[in-house]
Amino acid sequence: MPGVRLLVGTHKGAFVLTSDEARRDWQVSDPLFPGNEAYHVAGSPADPNRLYAAPSTSWFGQVLQRSDDGGASWTPVGSEFAYEGETGTHLWYDGTPRPWAFTRVWHLEPSPTDPDTVYAGVEDAALFRSTDGGHSWAELPALRTHPTAGDWAPGAGGMCLHTIVLDPRDENRIFVAISAAGAFRSDDGAKSWKPINQGLRSEGIPDPAAEVGHCVHRIAMHPSRPDTLFMQKHWDVMRSDDAGEHWREVSGNLPSDFGFPIAVHAHEPETIYVVPIESDSYHYPPEGKLRVYRSRTGGDEWEPLTTGLPQQDCYVNVLRDAMAVDGLDSCGIYVGTTGGQVYGSADGGDTWNAIARDLPAVLSVEAQTLP
Amino acid sequence: MIRVVLPAHLKALARVSGEVALDVPPPATVGGVLDALEGALPVLAGRIRDYGGGPRRAYVRFYACQQDLSHEPYDTRLPNQVADGTEPLLIVGAMSGG
Repeated sequence: MPGVRLLVGTHKGAFVLTSDEARRDWQVSDPLFPGNEAYHVAGSPADPNRLYAAPSTSWFGQVLQRSDDGGASWTPVGSEFAYEGETGTHLWYDGTPRPWAFTRVWHLEPSPTDPDTVYAGVEDAALFRSTDGGHSWAELPALRTHPTAGDWAPGAGGMCLHTIVLDPRDENRIFVAISAAGAFRSDDGAKSWKPINQGLRSEGIPDPAAEVGHCVHRIAMHPSRPDTLFMQKHWDVMRSDDAGEHWREVSGNLPSDFGFPIAVHAHEPETIYVVPIESDSYHYPPEGKLRVYRSRTGGDEWEPLTTGLPQQDCYVNVLRDAMAVDGLDSCGIYVGTTGGQVYGSADGGDTWNAIARDLPAVLSVEAQTLP
Repeated sequence: MIRVVLPAHLKALARVSGEVALDVPPPATVGGVLDALEGALPVLAGRIRDYGGGPRRAYVRFYACQQDLSHEPYDTRLPNQVADGTEPLLIVGAMSGG
């Protein structure tokens, strides 16, 4: 029966939320990996029952987990993320050099075609890949050894590679984003990388238009238009129509252009969503109102979506991986909050309902559309 | 047999309840117990110390017989009461926030 499975990573475990295609009634699983910070849980587009999860604790580190049955059971797989060769230094918050050290996986990006191939973006920033279902991981080191890497510095959450976007036309084209280095593109299967930050402007770095140093929060792409990218930067919502060669700001009439996630409608490549946040100091929505903003024009013109979302006394955040869309005919959209709520809309954002209200702080939401 | 008490997270990960009993070649050392533990329960490799017998993770401590062994070299001999199974080696997650 068609339906939707949400993979929700939280500060203290992960949860699987399931519904039929009506998306009115949801079942919430027991906690998975209880007590662990589950930064991300992702499913394979090639086999929706193949899931990968990245739970960790500061005490005992990263333990990658895999499910072959849609999340009913899980098995620890490989968690040795060893940088290849000599690790140089990047910059620390105070501008002093600091050796690269692995902390955790921030983002898992399964291959669109092979359930055993999955990319992992990690802190300190590097890209890893497994081609054996997560049992072993090899770094794709050309990114971490890019000539600019010695000048990369961490964002507030750490120096993390948090965004991996795979081009569905061309398996050799990969986009990544790193806080706070910026966006990079490879056209040769991660053998070489090009910074793609032209048009970004960031106050708070010595050269606001520098080649690297931008705190990119998230990049989204519609699979039918892989040269068009949408970006939520620390401040500013941006778009590129030439695979990141040039960016232009499309913040338009947003009440704030600070935020974390950005998503594209499943069937309308010019319909995009963001969640404006008051500022980098406050990390909660303007006016205490949780509003998802939708643009049907690929940016510049935005409308608030409020029906069913809290419109007073709301001071939660929505983190970069905590917004997702499903692929049903009437596109569903989901946001998870640091207050433990998961809100869902089955009509492209017109109306919302709380799917879960009392989870731990939500770190990530992925939506799987089940056949 | 040497007795090892694991913290709750690692018991859950290794799917064990209670203590873990290990055969450790004499002389029993901290490193020898960790080698045996990771051999018996491979999922614990990298969780207590870095992979390949590397340094102890920052928020993990080793206690036995009311002594803190966390900073001793891995070839430090364990107290006799641990070596003969009278007392367990305690692997402890630091009582820090999170």
